[in-house]
Amino acid sequence: MKADPKGVLTGAHFIDGDHACCEGAIAAGCRFVAGYPITPSTEVVERIAERFPLIGGIFIQMEDEIASSIAIQGAVWGGKKAMTVTSGPGFSLMMEHIGYAAMTETPCVFVDVQRAGPSTGLPTQPAQGDMMQARWGSHGDYSIIALSPNSPQECFDLTIKAFNLAERYRVPVMFMMDECVGHMTERVIIPPADQINVFERDFYKGPKEEFLPYHTNGKLIPPMVKAGDGYNIHVTGLTHDERGYPNITVATQEKLIPRLINKIKMNADTIADYREDQVEGADIVVVTYGITSRTAIPAIEQARKEGLKVGHLRLIVVWPFPEKLIREIASEASAFVVPELNQGQIVYEVERCAAGKVPVELVPHVGGTVHNPKDIYNAIMKMKG
Amino acid sequence: MPEELYEIETDVPSNTVEEFLRMDRMPHIWCPGCGIGTTVNCFAHALETSDLNLEKVAVVSGIGCTGRVAGYVNLDSFHTTHGRAIPFATGLKLANPELKVVVYSGDGDLTAIGGNHFIHACRRNLDMTVILINNFIYGMTGGQVAPTTPMTATASTTPYGNFEQPFNLPYLAESCGAVYVARWTAFHVRHISKAIKEAMAKKGFSFIEILAPCPTLYSRRNKLGDGLDQMVYYQENSEIKHGADTKTVGIDFQSKIIVGKFVDVERPTYLDAMNDYYQKRLGDKYIPYKG
Amino acid sequence: MRTEIKIGGFGGQGVILSGYIIGRAASIYDNKFATMIQAFGPEARGSATSSQIIVSPEAIAYPYITSPEIMIVMSQEAYTKFTPELASGGTLITEEELVSTHNLRKDVKHYSIPATRIAEELGKRMVLNIVMMGFTTAVTKLVSVDAMRKAVLASVPKGTEELNTNAFNRGYEYGVKLLEGKIETKELVEA
Repeated sequence: MKADPKGVLTGAHFIDGDHACCEGAIAAGCRFVAGYPITPSTEVVERIAERFPLIGGIFIQMEDEIASSIAIQGAVWGGKKAMTVTSGPGFSLMMEHIGYAAMTETPCVFVDVQRAGPSTGLPTQPAQGDMMQARWGSHGDYSIIALSPNSPQECFDLTIKAFNLAERYRVPVMFMMDECVGHMTERVIIPPADQINVFERDFYKGPKEEFLPYHTNGKLIPPMVKAGDGYNIHVTGLTHDERGYPNITVATQEKLIPRLINKIKMNADTIADYREDQVEGADIVVVTYGITSRTAIPAIEQARKEGLKVGHLRLIVVWPFPEKLIREIASEASAFVVPELNQGQIVYEVERCAAGKVPVELVPHVGGTVHNPKDIYNAIMKMKG
Repeated sequence: MPEELYEIETDVPSNTVEEFLRMDRMPHIWCPGCGIGTTVNCFAHALETSDLNLEKVAVVSGIGCTGRVAGYVNLDSFHTTHGRAIPFATGLKLANPELKVVVYSGDGDLTAIGGNHFIHACRRNLDMTVILINNFIYGMTGGQVAPTTPMTATASTTPYGNFEQPFNLPYLAESCGAVYVARWTAFHVRHISKAIKEAMAKKGFSFIEILAPCPTLYSRRNKLGDGLDQMVYYQENSEIKHGADTKTVGIDFQSKIIVGKFVDVERPTYLDAMNDYYQKRLGDKYIPYKG
Repeated sequence: MRTEIKIGGFGGQGVILSGYIIGRAASIYDNKFATMIQAFGPEARGSATSSQIIVSPEAIAYPYITSPEIMIVMSQEAYTKFTPELASGGTLITEEELVSTHNLRKDVKHYSIPATRIAEELGKRMVLNIVMMGFTTAVTKLVSVDAMRKAVLASVPKGTEELNTNAFNRGYEYGVKLLEGKIETKELVEA
């Protein structure tokens, strides 16, 4: 499917990441947004509030983030593509509903413009401290997808991708921006609508009487229906059988939960998205995501100038984590360097996959600003051995 | 017992509400004497006698004993998270305005953890019907005090009795902007069905509080007998006072209960207000929202 | 070559809009790359507000400025607060009547323009930032004048295009004349 041209502002723009995210959502076909004001994410919904009345969408500013994160799921079952937008403290409030979306397989997008925490922290300054929360923040076992853009252009492109992944896998997708990317203004090229691929929801098409809402027909992802179509669906956050009925038994849990995880795990290679720059044959591989993928570049270039073989692996899809790729690199390279705007989160994933084969050096940062490339350079030099 | 009793061909007519229920999920989880099932029966009767297209009726519940209603009605039904039935219903209704959305949940779910959503949905006049079953207690978790527990009544977390003033829910709903407000008890089955029909026909935020016995926890703990005893209490102490000032309808422990239709007024719904306003403000640029 | 620019002034002077215009001119109309970062939050609402822009012929990796080569200053507080950051050999552009350049650094090139007065002559004090943009274009040659004109038109409210174009042209012409030696930069130094 191609994007609906009605909402697509084709052309070259000079806009910030928050605004680009809004335009990406519109291009992806999102027509329902619920949100609550919180810096530095507010510009996304401000633009949505301005744009939606002109293109047939509906925005509602809810009474809090909890309400926003479940209103979007009501909207999805009403047939819309939907997202909510927040930052640290609001993201914390949304955790229960990320679990609800995972359990009920409600495709939706959670945008988190990360700021430095914990608690109220540094309200208008960047961090990457919510990466683990995005993966594990709700209770119980489930899986999600998380993307990490590093520029306004990617805020546009990857928001579309976030919606497409959400719809394809019926999973909540975390769009992990940060204040730097959200408030950074750069050129954003919005292509013509007919060049934007949009994944439309897989609505059930079989005979009505045979429909079972969570019957996957041997696959991992069941087709959806929406309320009002005459299927009398039942949706619950309780452990449920293929009819969608609560079934509080170990047997049903054993059938449901592994599928919720496997639909992401077994498609991890397809979902994976990363950029490799001279990773092959590198001694030291710098693993980055989001804004850190840019601050690392001067450090990497400096080290290369000095003759070091430094590779740069930039994760665009952070969750599911590209385990296989890191394992492969760990058997070729001699060290990893992982700069993060936090005190160490994704570095533990790199360590897990490196499994002691090679050392992994974290370049931590408390947030509030981005890394000084010098710190990353020093870490590279330290690992040169 | 005479043997022939088994051979008598009984001619019990099948229950006409069965088609509105997910009979494949029976028996339900509610205790003997619980009032929630009675209200569901009334809801089914309301659907049966209404001319609504049932394909377009959706029920949304939160968590708790009443929260299980969504699981038993044979309609599009959503069992959401604790306290969040109303914001889920908000998204559902706004995404697909042709749906008739009924929120069916308990007092703790809707007015404690979900209290913020309740007052804002009233304020926005979202077009939905909220049926709140008030059994004065948290049932599912074992009888803890609720924002509706009358003063002096005991609960597992107020073992010496409750000293917090409870909500007067009709007053709360009215003052926050609900356009239809009624209260009945599980004893008033015909009134309930009628009220549900009226509320569902009403545009805007309609609210029905239904007092219902919780014999297992509230009645037992407060030595009020079984479900039937509570029904007798409702029968003997209810006074029907349509149009009563909602300020005056607060509930004290085992005292008089004012029931009736208190509020029935007109006010533009959220979507009507939005469409009207934007049309005036933005003119032809506005694409009227139809869902 | 990556060029870092910092614009400082007080709220309402169009500091952010000026950043947009330079960034838009460079990245949309001049086929270069530009990254703009604004100061946000309560700290940004005070009297010295700023925007930072990087202009480069190549993709920009590190998004913040560290040592700006060009600084445009429209208020005294911004002058005091920001000029120590200016790179040695950099270019300082000031609003002549709003900024007293006491302790002017000797290692920078300084150009000033009475942008407020010019804006007032045009009938709207508000366009002083656009006058500054025209002037900056002339004295720095950072971005082409055509690109800047287009960016001004794309950035200002509808109905104000003529006024803003005039403001830009006046500032630009003033800069050209200044470079030709027909006008001198006045150092306004108050005790």
